[in-house]
Amino acid sequence: MPEPSSLPLFAPHTDPGPSFSELLRQVSPHQLPGAGAAAGTAPFEVPHGTTVVAIRYADGVVMAGDRRATAGYSIANRRIDKVFAADDFSGVAIAGAAGPAIEMVKLFQTQLEHYEKVQGEVLSLEGKANQLGMMVRGNLPAAMQGLAVVPLFAGYDQHRQRGRVFSYDITGGRYEEQDYQGQGSGSVHARNWIKANWTESMSLDDTIAVAIRALFAAADEDVATGGPDLVRGIFPLVAAIDADGFRALDEADVEARSRALLDGRERGGAEQ
Amino acid sequence: MNMPFYVSPEQVMKDRADYARKGIARGRSLVALECAAGVLIVADNGSRTLSKISEIYDRVAFAAVGKYNEFQMLRVAGVRHADLKGYSYSREDVSAKELANAYAQTLGQVFTHEMKPYEVELLVAEVGRTGDDHAEMYHLFYDGVVMDERRFAVLGGQSEQITEALESQFTDGMELGDALKLGARVLGADGASLGAEHLEVALLERARPRRAFRRIKNAELTGLLDSK
Repeated sequence: MPEPSSLPLFAPHTDPGPSFSELLRQVSPHQLPGAGAAAGTAPFEVPHGTTVVAIRYADGVVMAGDRRATAGYSIANRRIDKVFAADDFSGVAIAGAAGPAIEMVKLFQTQLEHYEKVQGEVLSLEGKANQLGMMVRGNLPAAMQGLAVVPLFAGYDQHRQRGRVFSYDITGGRYEEQDYQGQGSGSVHARNWIKANWTESMSLDDTIAVAIRALFAAADEDVATGGPDLVRGIFPLVAAIDADGFRALDEADVEARSRALLDGRERGGAEQ
Repeated sequence: MNMPFYVSPEQVMKDRADYARKGIARGRSLVALECAAGVLIVADNGSRTLSKISEIYDRVAFAAVGKYNEFQMLRVAGVRHADLKGYSYSREDVSAKELANAYAQTLGQVFTHEMKPYEVELLVAEVGRTGDDHAEMYHLFYDGVVMDERRFAVLGGQSEQITEALESQFTDGMELGDALKLGARVLGADGASLGAEHLEVALLERARPRRAFRRIKNAELTGLLDSK
């Protein structure tokens, strides 16, 4: 870290350009995610985030995540946030080792804002998706030790005027999804729910309902995914991204929507 | 063997200061005004792409006059400084005061130790959030001198006339449109206001929750200039 009173100035051939992670690599490499990783596999359980989904609808994208983090068979956190604004028009949702994932999100957010300020213009949605892919790839050594981070990235593409969803594998492979994707331990169940209910012309409200219900379905089948907690008042985190930008739904709103859904299908005891 | 001529330190400093001042005087001026909405920065700038005003961090903005490549380099260094600090500590730990001190160090260092001083004057401004009235404006000179300005700041070659005009016309708590028209008026020569095509305008807006900086341009700019 440079002395607080000195400006980071560079000679032309070492200038890091608009990349914040390159800047960090030059002036403060110990702060990069994954710096100081030891060899071997972690001999203990670290908190893992579980199920997140991103669903495209007519005007944009909805992202949602449950609130549970688990370490082995223990609940590490009941109210963890897994859905973050990446910038004004995109969001990132995380599954995998919670610590490195949250650090990656912080670096990613800074990276996008830094580019925008240095360059005077915003990266394309595709450019942002690629940047995140590089960060996931950079985490591969840690992933081999059991600290994998697999995000979902979604946003409103202002050039194409539509929502887009991107998923990643732990090697940094980046895949654009047609309509929706889920990530994390309960994502199979969530995806199945979405698959059965998704239609091209869904409204925002319908899409939010599908997202919330998909997370409930995942929580029904997967111990690591947190269901709606009526006692403590814990409900999923939901965000919508459209032409007006990223907006996280407030908790009371999600609670009202969740309770309305719970009064429906869950009541009859059709599921054992 | 050649012996260098002796030149007194006073003379060296005076020559450098004159050199920097001349460079700055060639450029056009800018003003920053505290107003009801926050801090408004108005620059006389005919270019549509090369900015004199830009965002540094959530509540902090940068503005400069003088040599473009030099202040551009300092601007980017400021963004890097702020982003590194916010990343290492927390977003609320980034302040205009600290950044102004870092600029002062660099400008002072270059002024005394390098062949050529920077031909720039900088402004670093900060606004508080809604309900917090504070605003800060730091005016930095080519030699590293920092001035903590109140109400308004004027940068550039014609600063004396503009300061005089502002002293008689500035009022506290102006509406955005009034502040903008005042800025356009004092920057224009012989009492004629500068038109939208010659203005670069940005606002550090107190009411914005996180990133306070926004540019005022196109229809909004002409609308405000034409408002009564």
